[in-house]
Amino acid sequence: MTGVAMLDQHLLSVLIALPMIGAAALLFFPRDAHGPIRNVTLLVTIAEFLLSLPVVLRFDAATAGMQLVERVPWIPQYGISYIVGVDGISLWILMLTTFIMPITILSTWSAVGKHVKEFMVFMLVLETAMVGVFVATDLFLFYIFWELVLIPMYFLIGVWGGERRLYAAIKFFLYTFVGSVLMLVAIIVLYFHHYAVTGIYTTDLMKLYELTIPVKLQLWLFAAFFLAFAFKVPMFPFHTWLPDAHVEAPTAGSVILAAVLLKMGTYGFLRFAMALFPVAAADWTPLIATLAVIGIIYGALVAMVQKDVKKLVAYSSVSHLGFVMLGLFAFNLQGIEGAILQMVNHGISTGALFLIVGIIYERRHTRLISEFGGLSRVVPVFSLCFMIVTLSSIGVPGTNGFVGEFLILLGAFKVQKWYAVVAATGVIFAAVYMLRMFQRVMFGKITNEENLRLADMNGREVAYMIPLLLFILWIGVYPQPFLRRMDASVNAFVTRFEAKKQAALAGSPAGETLLVRYFDGKK
Amino acid sequence: MTPIPFDQAALVQGLYSILPELILIATAIAVLLADLVLPEIGKKRLCHLGISGTATAILAALSLGPGRIDGFSGMIVHDGMGLFVTLTILAVTFLTLLMATGYSEWEGTQKGEFYALLLFSAAGMLFMAKGTDLMTVFLGLETMSIPIYCLVGFHRNRMTSLEGAIKYFLLGAFASGFLLYGIALMYSATGTTKIPAIAGMIGDLRLFANPVFVVGVGLLLVGFAFKVSLVPFHMWTPDAYQGAPTVVTAFMAAGVKAAAFAALLRVTLLTFPALGPVMTNILWVLAFLTMTVGNLSALLQDNLKRMLAYSSIAHAGYILVGMVAGDVAGGQAALFYLLVYAFMNLGAFGVIMLLAHREDDGYDIGNLAGIGFRYPVLGGLLTLFLVSLAGIPPTAGFVGKFYLFSAAVKNGYIGLAVLGVLNSAVSIYYYLRPVVYMYMLPAPEEIPVPRPPRTAFSLALCASAAVVMVLGVVPRSVLEFAERSVLSLLM
Repeated sequence: MTGVAMLDQHLLSVLIALPMIGAAALLFFPRDAHGPIRNVTLLVTIAEFLLSLPVVLRFDAATAGMQLVERVPWIPQYGISYIVGVDGISLWILMLTTFIMPITILSTWSAVGKHVKEFMVFMLVLETAMVGVFVATDLFLFYIFWELVLIPMYFLIGVWGGERRLYAAIKFFLYTFVGSVLMLVAIIVLYFHHYAVTGIYTTDLMKLYELTIPVKLQLWLFAAFFLAFAFKVPMFPFHTWLPDAHVEAPTAGSVILAAVLLKMGTYGFLRFAMALFPVAAADWTPLIATLAVIGIIYGALVAMVQKDVKKLVAYSSVSHLGFVMLGLFAFNLQGIEGAILQMVNHGISTGALFLIVGIIYERRHTRLISEFGGLSRVVPVFSLCFMIVTLSSIGVPGTNGFVGEFLILLGAFKVQKWYAVVAATGVIFAAVYMLRMFQRVMFGKITNEENLRLADMNGREVAYMIPLLLFILWIGVYPQPFLRRMDASVNAFVTRFEAKKQAALAGSPAGETLLVRYFDGKK
Repeated sequence: MTPIPFDQAALVQGLYSILPELILIATAIAVLLADLVLPEIGKKRLCHLGISGTATAILAALSLGPGRIDGFSGMIVHDGMGLFVTLTILAVTFLTLLMATGYSEWEGTQKGEFYALLLFSAAGMLFMAKGTDLMTVFLGLETMSIPIYCLVGFHRNRMTSLEGAIKYFLLGAFASGFLLYGIALMYSATGTTKIPAIAGMIGDLRLFANPVFVVGVGLLLVGFAFKVSLVPFHMWTPDAYQGAPTVVTAFMAAGVKAAAFAALLRVTLLTFPALGPVMTNILWVLAFLTMTVGNLSALLQDNLKRMLAYSSIAHAGYILVGMVAGDVAGGQAALFYLLVYAFMNLGAFGVIMLLAHREDDGYDIGNLAGIGFRYPVLGGLLTLFLVSLAGIPPTAGFVGKFYLFSAAVKNGYIGLAVLGVLNSAVSIYYYLRPVVYMYMLPAPEEIPVPRPPRTAFSLALCASAAVVMVLGVVPRSVLEFAERSVLSLLM
């Protein structure tokens, strides 16, 4: 088999392995060879992005199921396999991950000065874990990648973070870990339930999809998955770790956290919690949609009173992810496609916002809004970038944010008018807090002498900002190529969701199992 | 009683079934004799002698294979289970001796009796794990324990060492009494001390309704609970672990646990299903208490050895979850976890042995500050072992916990599984604290220089790290081995 053919057949595995191999290679570099370490990391992440492009090219938009599937038995006597694949739901989130990584790496040239080698190793391990989360279609494999994300992120916050980094790092770790261990128990319960019903041990997600799970069991399992993902998203009121983590993390950490890690939660809802337990998901919808709307409004209101730009962006994330959750739990094509698109949008625009905050922090070592003012005259390139990103974050028509939020509101309106109406006010609030911040930082008189000497963005900074701006406008003006590739998968999801819900409501299937009895309290 | 005729073939078969034990004992005696003739500077040869003896014992165990060999008219058996636990214990002994090469030089335990006691104790562990008669189990337990009491107090001029030894000895003697009394009661109810025979009689004699027998089983359980430090029989653990020479602590934590749990597994797997839910419920409560008290107490520790002592209590609780499950899956998970625990625990103790520059107060967590970036290999290894102890993928510790908790779920103990994973979440906090000190807190002006590891010591650490990582990614063959081992027990 030639190299190209192998690459062709194992594309997703290569995407998982490449950053890890890069990380292993970095270990052999001398510690103070900062230049070569940075260059190699950048090359690895760019290679990873280029290798992920064939995923889009070979993706068949008409197919609903998993594509580019690879399947290798792993622990066969337990039915655990290494299965990876991509469909219209994960495609763009996967691409977002490989796209944002080189940008993030490039942003650390001047921001990360100590322990560069370890930093880059953790970034690459993180990339492997993130790619793994989005392509794994075996629950065991998924869980391993899901947990693997925690360790590098913990180090990124704890070692390279700000003043209160220890607190933020351990809080991040504990909150997300508590959520996920309960999901682990739920995975095990589901696994034995599948065995009890079919006589086959498997953690293959596609096989588990075919299962009709009794309603009562669904409610419990959904609750466990809900906790894991709600912490990760994070949904109100599970969000308290997020502002701490965002504020204390180094810029690169914040970008990855906002752009990719939070998407793991929303992606998890769609791929696992909602798809596996449709009745429970439908039952929980009023609660989740209400929490989503509260999150939208609460995040926006708290963002409004922030003095620190980074904290403001952090709370705006809570608000934006409320939109995503609202879209997902509309259970229709518009809502879900809008939500997926909004995940990508949020990754791009909030990622860009954190980069912008990072750029200015490197120059002034402060992020307080009151320290700035009138920057637009001193740093014109910076202010142009900042403005486009701000507009995108607000969701002004013509930018990506508009398309996503519009679809979500459309989807939500079809199901529950009032959620959509209240959520729409969140867009207005977003305009208030973002524009007010932008105005106070960029316009007016220059009150602080130091701001007069600010240097504008340099070539490297412009280089990594331009791709982000391009996508903001591209998705804003012509989202069709993105949406078209989701259609088949999302349509299939909605159809299967309804069918499975009806089947489960029609009654428990054969196999009144030990577990079912346990949850019916008849043990 | 008619005299038993001399049967040479049976004797040979019996000796054959305890070949690894014989080799260990012979090595221990050889070490004692060599100690008399070797000059003071040649004492490190003693350790090398112990290492080669253990290696020979490993080869012997492997040559016996997984087939069943009964010895001494059913007193002892070499079966799949015996092989698995034998290999675990011998691996622990081997790694301990490798580490002892360095440790003895730094801390002055370069003495013949030190190695001889270690080897005698290891032989006792093997007897205990392979005993199919309660008397063999008891003899094995004593052969294992008495050398360890001495080893804990080996630093004769250190108060902590003596305190730990006295506490361990007094409570241990008491627990042995319980165990023996339990065996006596069981004998009075059944007329035999053979475990399979007792198990066979439970149904026929309605032993589960016989208070004498049930109390006997309870006392037996207390004896074992003491050895593996289940709450509330754990009081001695932190003091003994902290006071003992660190290399002995590592040996105790991994070896004693493996031996005692193996013996407990032989008893519980055969008798508990017939004894009804009461016994299992008692185990359930013990498992819950042990996990929770161990983890919560570990949160407060600033001394690394004490922290790992409480962590070892918590791990005993996790392993007990497998016994609560009480079927093949549970036993298999427990065996697998014992093996994994041995390596990650020895690894963690090994690294802190290198980092602590003084045996007395060198184990304060504050001494780790700044180590991580200054000594990246040591820092990375300790992080790996701690992450594995915490049960985070992709390490062997995660796979081990996964199977323990799935065994519990499979048998309907979902509540216990939930409590177990929440306990893991709690444990994250104290397992990550050393990591925080190593990497995230500002380094002091002068970072203590770790002891230079010898080749043997580095080898032990690398082997442990390799096992922890490899079993985390490809646990398949070892899991199968563990499954066959438990099945051999039920045949």
